[in-house]
Amino acid sequence: MTIRTTFPPTANREPSRPSTFRLYRTEARQEFLKLIRLPIFAATTVALPLMFYVIFGVTFAGQQAGGVGVTTYMLATYGAFGVIGAALFGFGISVAVERGQGWMKLKRVSPMPPLAYFLAKVIASVTVAAVIVALMFVLGATIGGVRMPPTEWIALGFTLVAGALPFSAMGLAFGYLVGPNSAPAVLNLAWLPMAFASGLWIPIAQLPDVVQSTAGYLPPYHFVQLALGTIGASEGGSPAMHLAVLLAFTAGFLAVAAWGFRRDEGRTYG
Amino acid sequence: MTTTRPSTTVPRPASGRRDLPVLAELRCASKTYGKGGKAVAAVRDLDLAVRPGELLAVLGPNGAGKSTVISMLTGLTAPTSGAALLFGQDPRGIAVRQRIGVMLQASGVPETLRVRELLTAFRGYYADPLPVGTVIAAAGLAGLENRLFGALSGGQQRRVLFGIALCGNPELLFFDEPTTGLDPEIRRTLWATLRELAGSGRGVVLTTHYLEEADALADRIVVMDGGRIIADGTPSAIKSLVPGRRITARSGVPVAEAQGWPAVHSASREGEWLTLLVGTPEPALAALLSCDPQVSGLTVTETSLEEAFLTLTDRTESAA
Repeated sequence: MTIRTTFPPTANREPSRPSTFRLYRTEARQEFLKLIRLPIFAATTVALPLMFYVIFGVTFAGQQAGGVGVTTYMLATYGAFGVIGAALFGFGISVAVERGQGWMKLKRVSPMPPLAYFLAKVIASVTVAAVIVALMFVLGATIGGVRMPPTEWIALGFTLVAGALPFSAMGLAFGYLVGPNSAPAVLNLAWLPMAFASGLWIPIAQLPDVVQSTAGYLPPYHFVQLALGTIGASEGGSPAMHLAVLLAFTAGFLAVAAWGFRRDEGRTYG
Repeated sequence: MTTTRPSTTVPRPASGRRDLPVLAELRCASKTYGKGGKAVAAVRDLDLAVRPGELLAVLGPNGAGKSTVISMLTGLTAPTSGAALLFGQDPRGIAVRQRIGVMLQASGVPETLRVRELLTAFRGYYADPLPVGTVIAAAGLAGLENRLFGALSGGQQRRVLFGIALCGNPELLFFDEPTTGLDPEIRRTLWATLRELAGSGRGVVLTTHYLEEADALADRIVVMDGGRIIADGTPSAIKSLVPGRRITARSGVPVAEAQGWPAVHSASREGEWLTLLVGTPEPALAALLSCDPQVSGLTVTETSLEEAFLTLTDRTESAA
């Protein structure tokens, strides 16, 4: 009789660690595969801000906002709109869904470092943000007729893409606060009014006074002011102040997410 | 306030396993979900130890607390009181999770990832993973490697989750109702793999409400009900707790009279058929034949684990 030994012995194994770089790379790669293979999400996230930019840019072409041409101004505002949407929805909905369906639970019983999971999503949302900004810049330079010194293109592009980071933290916090089924509705209800009230659709100076006075409490306002600052169209406040407020919001969102991560240990799901 | 009921303890098999190190352990662990008046105790004051080479089946009806036991041992949930230990450490540590493999009852897996990609990701979490070919063969996934998870049947998806549990070549494996939704042939294959895993010195813990499965597979069965262990022993020891034989015959003897016979635990009647559950059958048979010489259709069979299980849970209910 032959004995089949499929499983190698486990005794006397040298304690070692898995290849960290390969682990993180695989995790990030799979995050992209999930995005690419579900093209409807990627398409709406990318197409919506580009569509808005073209529609409103063409409608108000020739006018001025913040001391610059409307198509230039809107590169910053609709660019911010696209970046925030990608980070907020890419992060928030995927975390909420993967918590709800038990995928996160299966990852949690494995020796996966939790950071790998979250970092992969950050890389994915920064990349989607970069795609949105790049495509919008192409539209701006061609049909928008935007002319800026190269330093301003670079500063604006860099600021916009970096904005994916604080709003990934915000998405993560939402992912831990809302259930998988309500996540899209809750995020839209929070995000669309916030985008309007932060001056992402209509220049903040043209909004009612009451909206202008509350905008300072909203993280997207500070982000878009930072972006506008790079092209000399800021409505006020120093870049250092806007940056400090964004960092404070980010810390708060991460604290909420960390609380949610621990709370899941007491639940039957997570 | 509930009083502590002693669990039914039966002698363990003389396997010498008691000297082996404990892989996973619950010490007087309780888990309560919810707070205040709505609190539900899923597991109460439970002690359990798993040792190398042991194939332990946790058997019980839905809501008995089986999945909570797995959750506590794998660090998914912390006990409300008491302790859960993996290799003597907190189960939530990443290092200690290098040594376990887990298949959960319901795990939603991203439908847009391929089988091979999922196995690659999980193998990457371990320092010393099993070769991917071994995982694919052991989980019966040959030919499915390039399929998207969402395109698989329910049974195939369960096999992927089984494969994920094997990825790290772990010393201790947990399977929460692994064969639910599998067809009988695949279930047999999976059983063979589980036995092979335990045979190679690994600890294997599975939960099941298939009595047949626990009987066919396990060398130790823990019967749970209402969050407690009500019996713990080998399948044959569990069976020895309850009437060992069932006598069925066509007879007119009144049930009340039959209950008075030696070694009769219970008697019941269905139409003209009389059924007796007995410890040893001979005295009852002698009494039956002398009382009713017209008896016909007489059979003596061994009781199934199902009957053993029902008797044990009934006993708990009547004691509560």
